Amino acid sequence: MTDTSSPMTTRFEGAAPEVEVSRDMIRRGLIVGPVLIALCGIIWSMSGVASSAYALALVLVNFAIAAGLIAVTARISLGLMMGAILFGYLIRLAMLFLAVYLVKDAGWISRPALGLTIIVSHLGLLAWELKYVAASLAYPGLKPSRSH
Amino acid sequence: MEAISHIAAVALTGDEQKKANAAIGAGFAYGIAAIGPGIGIGYIVGKSVEAMARQPEAAGMVRTTMFLGIAFTEALALIGFVVFILIGL
Repeated sequence: MTDTSSPMTTRFEGAAPEVEVSRDMIRRGLIVGPVLIALCGIIWSMSGVASSAYALALVLVNFAIAAGLIAVTARISLGLMMGAILFGYLIRLAMLFLAVYLVKDAGWISRPALGLTIIVSHLGLLAWELKYVAASLAYPGLKPSRSH
Repeated sequence: MEAISHIAAVALTGDEQKKANAAIGAGFAYGIAAIGPGIGIGYIVGKSVEAMARQPEAAGMVRTTMFLGIAFTEALALIGFVVFILIGL
């Protein structure tokens, strides 16, 4: 880690905390995902199952890309990281749009299931992760165990 | 006059007009919903970069909270996107 005050030259090497956060969220998403998919299956039958699984995959890939982008660019410079995050936001929204646009007329798509899963899984996983991050920040010496 | 008559010739029927209005509304909803998070993310990242440059030893904490802040802010854009999917796509 270089210790300069210029954002253009400051860079961070070593562990990337956002990758750990993202990995945790993906792991939890894979654990609770089947419950959400089953719920959509009950309400919207097989199209609900397929749409919910597709939406969950989109959300998890979105988290992974966001974290990966920050981790890679923070090793180069903070200025690049800022640019990558802002353009990454646009690119990720465009990718999400394209991913949904390509399948919008497919027979297995249920739009309400797709939309509901995107919102619920995104916000749910974030809120779940926030519990651990808040505890880590409030009590830095006490790392939360997996059982809590 | 020729242009006006051409527009009149391709006038939409009731159902087509409804669909067109829904598509226009959905497009606006998505576009406007993406502006707020864009500003929010810019603000979060700008302040985080400033904090990390000033205090590199706190970078781990700042990056974690920045990532979560970005993801929460992005949820607003996703809600706009879902509205777009449901009414206009």
